[in-house]
Amino acid sequence: MLKDQDRIFKNLYNDLGSDINSSQKRGDWVNTKELTNKGRDWIINEIKDSQLRGRGGAGFPTGLKWSFAPKEVGSRPHYLVINADESEPGTCKDRDLLRFEPHKLIEGCLIASFAVQAHACYIYIRGEYFIEGQKLQAAIDEAYDKNLIGKNAAGTGWDLDIYIHYGAGAYICGEETALLESIEGKKGQPRLKPPFPALIGLYGCPTIINNVETIAVVPTILRKGSKWFSSLGREKNTGTKIFCISGNVNNPCNVEEEMNIPLKELIEIHAGGVIGGWDNLQAVIPGGSSMPLIPKDKCETLTMDFDSLVAEKSGLGTAGVVVINKDQDIIKCMARIARFYKHESCGQCTPCREGTGWMWRMLERMSKGEATRDEVDMLGDVTNQIAGHTICAFGEGSSWPVQGLLRHFKKEIKERNKFDPIVKENKSIPYLVDQHLLDKNA
Amino acid sequence: MSLKKPAKDQPENFEFSSSSLEEAKTIIAKYPEGKQQSAVMALLYIAQRQNDNWIPLAAMKYIAKFLDMPYIKVYEVATFYSMYNLSPVGKYFIQVCTTTPCMIRGANKLVEACKEKISENESELSKDKTCSWMEVECLGACVNAPMMQINDNYYEDLDKEKTLKILESLLKGETPKPGSYRGRINNEPENNRKTLLDLNNA
Repeated sequence: MLKDQDRIFKNLYNDLGSDINSSQKRGDWVNTKELTNKGRDWIINEIKDSQLRGRGGAGFPTGLKWSFAPKEVGSRPHYLVINADESEPGTCKDRDLLRFEPHKLIEGCLIASFAVQAHACYIYIRGEYFIEGQKLQAAIDEAYDKNLIGKNAAGTGWDLDIYIHYGAGAYICGEETALLESIEGKKGQPRLKPPFPALIGLYGCPTIINNVETIAVVPTILRKGSKWFSSLGREKNTGTKIFCISGNVNNPCNVEEEMNIPLKELIEIHAGGVIGGWDNLQAVIPGGSSMPLIPKDKCETLTMDFDSLVAEKSGLGTAGVVVINKDQDIIKCMARIARFYKHESCGQCTPCREGTGWMWRMLERMSKGEATRDEVDMLGDVTNQIAGHTICAFGEGSSWPVQGLLRHFKKEIKERNKFDPIVKENKSIPYLVDQHLLDKNA
Repeated sequence: MSLKKPAKDQPENFEFSSSSLEEAKTIIAKYPEGKQQSAVMALLYIAQRQNDNWIPLAAMKYIAKFLDMPYIKVYEVATFYSMYNLSPVGKYFIQVCTTTPCMIRGANKLVEACKEKISENESELSKDKTCSWMEVECLGACVNAPMMQINDNYYEDLDKEKTLKILESLLKGETPKPGSYRGRINNEPENNRKTLLDLNNA
């Protein structure tokens, strides 16, 4: 288990208070000026050396992303945008950071803004987190009062303004270009890439977009050194990560742990075990609802980091671990996730807009045993026609969980759905044109 | 993208109150000059709060003029995002999360409780017209499942009995205390904490 002194978020459960004085006692804002005095290149190189990967789901190397920002500020200003539109089912880590560690985020914003030469930073918070947003706003006001942000922020000679922008309940706005559209006051529909936001982003200006957790760990990495951070976890999957363990466990919780921690340790030690014991485990969704599930036999040895989960044809995503035990109907669980994606599709690309509805309806019927045998394979076809044929990654996000279900639980689905339309049984199938074939008396 | 229809009975006029106007101006100042369209989402929230938790079409027209943008663009935004109510909802607006992590911990029991106490169908006002409820997608408090949101507050770690109690006190006109209903502190593992222990008393 990770040692307490190596934990970055010491106030994860709000034992110590989130106001500026308690945050300063924990080491926030102590020597911000010294850090920025070492220069932009030093900061970006430290982050590159630490091998920090984005915590928002895709796991893109953060230092590399920052280095894409133009070196010189041209006629267009640079922007930093923080993605706090946490909507992935199974994930609730950013909420705690906004509530309990706001100064880590604000200080991270200052350092990141300095590194990418932005004078304005927008924090996009999902609309439901109104209370959390107010807490963050209070922390921002505190920081302005103490001159930690604003003109000559924290004595660094850099001017920075931080603004909060509330979303309004659209999952798709967690996609970076949809988020930019939303800040610009439009429908949150993703843009085509390229051009990438690092060159043409918010208001057509160079924009760097990072997740809350990514930015909040930056000050600690710079203080303790990239060596310390990269010594945790393993090569290319370094550092610590907040895991959210929900579902059928005895003590659902958020916990900060080292990357590459065994899944079994997370569940058994931190979350108090699966309800009904380890043998009652059915499957685990390792990284938020859009990642394919992993059946029990693989959970024994699975370690939680980006690359080892990719090797299992899943992904770490946001590290929202949803544990499903044998008391649950796995097909129903996935049908509910499919309904989520059907509800949240932005409607821009046809394969996703129509396909998510198809997947939901097929899975609903499969959970009731009303589907035909052929439909099981047809469902696989539908997922393949969505994934990779859309503007943004929502197409993959919506079809991967279904593909995961088909990969590991095909037998269960086929057992429940034995119905063959051509054989005798009299059952109406809405899309079968040749209904007369079902007529027994013919 | 959700299907939403504006209410049939619409007020003729809408105008920001002086406090709303003040708030709107500070929000527009957050964005660069000429980019006032960015404020449309926040302004819709202000209108919603001023108008008993829903947005009439007149308010959208007003905001369009206010921000110097086409009415259709405001209408697009208001219909795209699910948190804008285009028809009246109760003074206490209850949103029950039923996405998978909540579902497998018994969110359907919360829905049952809402059906018993408030109204048979979602988005329908209760008998005394103070409450309405609806099912929503993930509210981002998965480790506190099952949970629901009433206006701005989160009510966490619920079961049917606790939900019934909360709804009863709402119907009496009280606002129950938000947070966990199993007495746990924030998102810590209940009675099973293994981390950050020496800081607990610091």
